[in-house]
Amino acid sequence: MKELSLNILDITENSVKAGATLTEICIDESDETIILTITDNGHGMTDETLKTVLNPFYTTRTTRKVGMGLPLLKLACEQTGGSLEIFSKHIDDFPNEHGTTVKTMFCKNHIDCAPLGDVVETIKTLIQGHPDTDFLFTHNFTNGKVLLDTRELRVVLDGVPLNTYEVIKWIEEYLKEQYSEIQKA
Amino acid sequence: MRVKDLATCELFNIVTLPDGEREIDGVYIGDLLSWVMGRAQSGNAWITIMSNINILAVASLSDTSCIILAEGVTVDEEVKKTAIEKEINIISTNMDIFSTAVYLNEVI
Repeated sequence: MKELSLNILDITENSVKAGATLTEICIDESDETIILTITDNGHGMTDETLKTVLNPFYTTRTTRKVGMGLPLLKLACEQTGGSLEIFSKHIDDFPNEHGTTVKTMFCKNHIDCAPLGDVVETIKTLIQGHPDTDFLFTHNFTNGKVLLDTRELRVVLDGVPLNTYEVIKWIEEYLKEQYSEIQKA
Repeated sequence: MRVKDLATCELFNIVTLPDGEREIDGVYIGDLLSWVMGRAQSGNAWITIMSNINILAVASLSDTSCIILAEGVTVDEEVKKTAIEKEINIISTNMDIFSTAVYLNEVI
């Protein structure tokens, strides 16, 4: 991926497929690192599956014999001197607290670190594509944070779908406004 | 030109050659694997400097005829073993990427 934010779409797609009702996307940005953590409450993976997900010849898709999302993300992290970790609790073993966490760390000053890319566009695309599941997005900076919780939006919208044009437009403006506040600070 | 004809040229070395009869049809060059995955065409000889195991999956998905490791890049034993298992041709050369491409342009 030429931009790190594209990985958010890729990994979150797995969360939605795993039946997650809430997916948390958290970006912690400091002067040296970008830590991107995606946590879902989907049905999780067994230890056996967990062992194979970083193998480029494994996939949850049936149409092709290799799955490249996680292996390529791991490579992208490691090329910058960072790392990728996955934790998962399968629904059979943890009926009340199942889900998966993918935690990635990038050294952002490394010359091979891809740019973060258009995060606002990514979050918009995500909500547009999956209006019935919830997302909690936070982007933490050393001098502030950007936040969007679709659960809160849902309460206010009172039944209006999240992928309505006006809602998506509002989300875009809301996020952009928060980013510009941080830039000013 | 078949992969084995190229692999036996003086400027190239065989790393793995499970399917040497495969015909080379065009060339693709790239190191950003997610980018290569969507663009390399079936039959292409793919020139790269990347050497981790993911290149095998990319070659397999794109159905390239061979991976050409340029600039003296080598792969470890695990990659070799998997390449044979997945029937992926890998050849290597000490030429830089540009010279490799120019050479291929003349011979294929």
